[in-house]
Parts: sequence; C-alpha cells; structure tokens
Amino acid sequence: MELLANLALGFQTAVSPMNLLYCLAGALIGTLIGVLPGIGPVQTLAILLPTTFSLPPVSALIMLSGIYYGAQYGGSTTSILVNVPGEASSVVTCLDGYQMARQGRAGAALTISALGSFFAGCFATVVLAVLAVPLSELAFKFGPAEYFSLMVFGLIGSIVLASGSILKAVGMIILGLLLGMIGTDVTSGAHRFAFGIPELADGIGFVSLAMGLFGICDIINSLEKREKRDILKSKLTGFWLSKEDIKASAPAVLRGTLCGSLLGILPGGGAILSSFTAYMLEKKCSRNPESFGKGNIRGVAAPESANNAAAQTSFVPLLTLGIPPNVVLAMMAGAMMIHGIQPGPRVITSNPELFWGVIVSMWVGNVMLVLLNLPLVGIWVRLLSVPFRWLYPAILLFCCIGLYSVNNNTFDIGLTAFCGLLGYIFHKLECEPAPLILGFILGPMMEENLRRGMLLSRGDPSVFFTRPLSLAFLVLAAAMLLVVALPGIRRGREKAFKEE
Amino acid sequence: MRIRHPNDFLTAVMFILFGAAVMVLSRDLTIGNAAKMGPGYFPFVLGGFLAVLGVAILLRSVFWATGSHAWPVLHIKPLVLVLSSVVLFGQLLRPLGLIGATLVLVIVCSRASHEFRWKEALLNATVLVLIVLVVFVYLLEFQVPVWPSFLTPRA
Repeated sequence: MELLANLALGFQTAVSPMNLLYCLAGALIGTLIGVLPGIGPVQTLAILLPTTFSLPPVSALIMLSGIYYGAQYGGSTTSILVNVPGEASSVVTCLDGYQMARQGRAGAALTISALGSFFAGCFATVVLAVLAVPLSELAFKFGPAEYFSLMVFGLIGSIVLASGSILKAVGMIILGLLLGMIGTDVTSGAHRFAFGIPELADGIGFVSLAMGLFGICDIINSLEKREKRDILKSKLTGFWLSKEDIKASAPAVLRGTLCGSLLGILPGGGAILSSFTAYMLEKKCSRNPESFGKGNIRGVAAPESANNAAAQTSFVPLLTLGIPPNVVLAMMAGAMMIHGIQPGPRVITSNPELFWGVIVSMWVGNVMLVLLNLPLVGIWVRLLSVPFRWLYPAILLFCCIGLYSVNNNTFDIGLTAFCGLLGYIFHKLECEPAPLILGFILGPMMEENLRRGMLLSRGDPSVFFTRPLSLAFLVLAAAMLLVVALPGIRRGREKAFKEE
Repeated sequence: MRIRHPNDFLTAVMFILFGAAVMVLSRDLTIGNAAKMGPGYFPFVLGGFLAVLGVAILLRSVFWATGSHAWPVLHIKPLVLVLSSVVLFGQLLRPLGLIGATLVLVIVCSRASHEFRWKEALLNATVLVLIVLVVFVYLLEFQVPVWPSFLTPRA
C-alpha cells in the first residue's frame, strides 16, 4: 500500500500543469532532435542540457526524461523509415523494421514499436517503483569501502559490455576520472590542475564536456562522411495492426519487456544490450528463424519493447545507488548534480516528490509519445528531408547560446570547442568517449570514498577485501574482466558487435 | 620495427604522455600517505596506472597486433571551420553582440559542408538570426548583448 501512496504522490507532482507541459515539451523536442540522423539520446541530452537549467529541479528532470524517451522514439522512427538508426539501440530495429517499410508496412511497424514501447514503459515503471525502496535501504548500509568497490564494479561493467578494446576503455575511464579531479579538491581546498585559470577552479563544466564530446564532435564527423540519404517516398498508411500481427507480436512484446527490464538494471546494461539480446532471444524462440531480417513484425516488437523497458529500469541503479549504469544516465546524473541533487539513496527520502514525480512522469511521457507521435510521424519524415547543411549551423548556434546561458560567460564556449577537439581525436583513435563521461561523473565520489575508507582503516587497503559486500563487488568486477579476456568469449563478443 | 596498429599506438602515446604529465603535476600537490591522502594522492596513482596501461597498449600495437590497420585520416577543413566558428562566437559575443556573432558562426561553420553555397548560407543565417531574436531575446528574455558594444551607449 505504501507503493500506491508513493505513486499517488508522484502523480500529484507529474500531472501538475507546469510539469505536464515540460514533459510534453521534452518528449516533442527530444523526438524532433532524435529523428535527425546521427543524433541519438546522448547527443540530444548534451545539446539540450542547458535549456533545463532555469527550471526547478523536478521540472528539469521531468523534461530531461521526456527528451530521453523522445529521442529514443525518434531513433526508432528513422530506423524503420530510412534505415538510419538514430542511435545504437535501434540498430536492431533497422533489420526488420526497414524491411517492413519496404513492403509497405511502415505504418504497422511504427504502431507496434509505439505500443510495444508503451507496454514496456508501463511495466518498467512498476519495476522501478517496486525495487527503489528496498534497494535504497540496502544502499544506506554501505560504508565507504562498499561504495568504492561498487563504483569499480559499475565502471568495469560498463566497459565489458561496450564494443572495442578493453584496455583502451579502461584508459578512457582513467582519463575521465582524472578530468573529474580538475578544480578545487573538496577535502583540502587545494586547486588541482587548474593552471591558474580562475574559471577552472570549479572544475570542467559537465555541459561543456558532454556537448564537446558528443554534440560538436558528432557534427564534425558527419561532415566528414558526406553521406547521402535515401528518403522513403511512399505514403505512410495502414497504422492499424491486423489480427495476425497482434497475435504474433504480443508474446514478443512480453518477452522483450522482461528481457529489457532485467538487463537495464545491470551496470553497463541498458538500451543497446537489451534490444540486441531481445532480438536474439526472439529468433531463438521462433519456429522459423529465417523469416527474421525479412520484415518479421516480431523482430520490431521485441527489441523496441526491450530498449524502452531497459531505458526505464536503468534509472534504478542511478536513483537508488547513485551509480549511472550507462552514458545516458551519466547525463541525467550530471544534470541532477548541476541542480544540487546528489544522485543516490538519499534522493528518495529527502526529495520524495522529485523521486516519485520523475518515475510517474516517465509513464506520462510514454502516454504522450503514443498519442502524439503516430499522428506527427509525417512531420518527422519531412524533417528528415531537410538537408544536413542547413541543420547543423542551427544546432551549433543553439549549443553556443545554451552554453553561454549556463554561467553567462564565454569561457565555457571555448572550453566546449576544446572538448570537441578532444572528442575528434578520440574518434580518430577509435577510443569510445562513453567510459570517459562515466569516469568523469564518478571520479569525485570515488576519490572521496577511497579516502574515507582508507582513513577509517588507518591506511590498510585490506578493508576492501574483508568486508563481504565490498569483496563481492570486486570479485564480480574481476570475474567480468577475466571472462572477456578469455579467447573464446572474446571472439564471440567481436562477432556480436560486428553483427550490430 | 613496424607499427602494426597505428591507432592503438597513438592512443598509447596519448595515455603515456597524459599519465606522465599528471604524475609530474601531482608532485606540486600534497601527496600524503595511504591513511591520510592529500589532494595529490589519487591523481598520482591514476596517472601511474594510465601510463602503465599506455605502455601495455604500446607493446601490443607494435608486437602482437594482427591484421592490417591504417593510419587515421584527418579532414582538416570541417574540423577547423566548425571549431573556429564556435570559438569565434564565444569571443565575438560581447564585442559584436548576439546578431553579429550569430552571423559569423553560421557563415563560418556552413563553409565546412562540401555543398556550401553563399546564397543558402546567407539565407540560413538570416532565418536563424530572426529565430534567435524571437525565441531567446523576446520570449526567454536572455541576458545577452544583442547589438555591438560600440553602437550602444555606455550606461
């Protein structure tokens, strides 16, 4: 019953006219930008972060979650219609979704993707609400040693499931941790690596880093590629699903939802991994697996439900433990910190209306997406035909104005350009920037917990191995690293990422 | 000796240089000891880790990498034009005002596209200036200089 009371509190917050408006605005703007090829949820969040700073924290987070779902939804739309995944998690949707569109069934594909996502969103909201309270109570029992080990576990988990070289990903995490050290040290007040620049005394701004690494860098990369896009010219009709469609996709939606909800909670999990796994699972369950990749509706239903479920349940580790499980949630964590809210178990007790309000708003946002996007899909398609050379100057301009508005200074704009250069170098060297952002967010917390843990044990590092929970996290982290290092699994992993 | 994996090799060099620089810079801060860590302790250790990791990747890229890997290809034009348009916007916002800075940003960064046309860029810039004025100056009431500072009387 406590759960119902909590959800009621959330409803009160989320359904207030102002918050409804921000939720709607977020979902719409998120879809708008997410539809643009090459710009997925991470880039959208990075670009739009500053627009939410003037709002009260609850509204800001509600709007940001709306942007997140909207962008994800926009990504699926482009996968189905033009075979251009707006983001990594809708890569799998391209396989069957685009084939359906070519067979003239784009409408049905869009509908099942919207309805599947909606069902998954509802289910995942309940999962989130049920798990939140016990998990944050567990987190209160954590000492500094447990926290430190949990963060190590979270960081390792996030790279094991990512593509590319593990060694380089570890290096990127360390780089991120080090960039997080820039500025004033909380414990001693000493300035670190600020090179006498007064603006750096508060550290590198999260917005500058995120916008540089994702927003600006991706624009440069798109300009290099000079790609041409085919736009689906045929008219969009037939949004209604046939009886056979429903019969085929209902179990797929259910399986995708369960799969996504489970994988979303794991560190490093989230939308990408779960959509991929759900697709594989669906193929395994099917009596005629060869029909996948040729426009099977189940191949759209399962991954779309899974990525939405995972997108939602991946808020669990952030809101209860303070650990962002992937880079999108790291953006959310960054936004929370800018509003003066430290993500972690304390949020639920100190800001209950924020916590439950955001959870309920995710559900509200999903309703809005279903109601709005099916009628608006024509507009999104037309947006896709606007040439990139007209769009990117506008994106850059809004980035710059947004950056200036954060602190009313122009230093941040220069810093962002520098981060864009860094991002370009990383891209050229095939270094993933996502682990760097996670390290940057967790760096200060990790250092603080390490310091406190070592202070309490009087400099004896064995404290991390003698406390059972801490040991468990470290053993799990080591096991994950070992598993990916094994040659057989490494080959499988490379193959899996190639198929993507 | 041949570099088998240029990308990994360059990454390794970057990690080593960065790690070493952090270790050197940390020495100016109080390092402290394990029980009472100073501000330099954690960065010093991390810098060390990064450098060691860099050496490992370096050795791998020279001795064990398999397959053929190309050196990265840089396209200077989009990189320089996009970044400099952003930097210019930041530098010109105060002296030139929002309208001037917007025009400069849009025109400079538009040149980065291989399909650049003057007419289109100017049209795009005009439309964006209008949008910016309506949305940011009149609707959101941004605190930002709109006109060049030499045209506005000093208050």
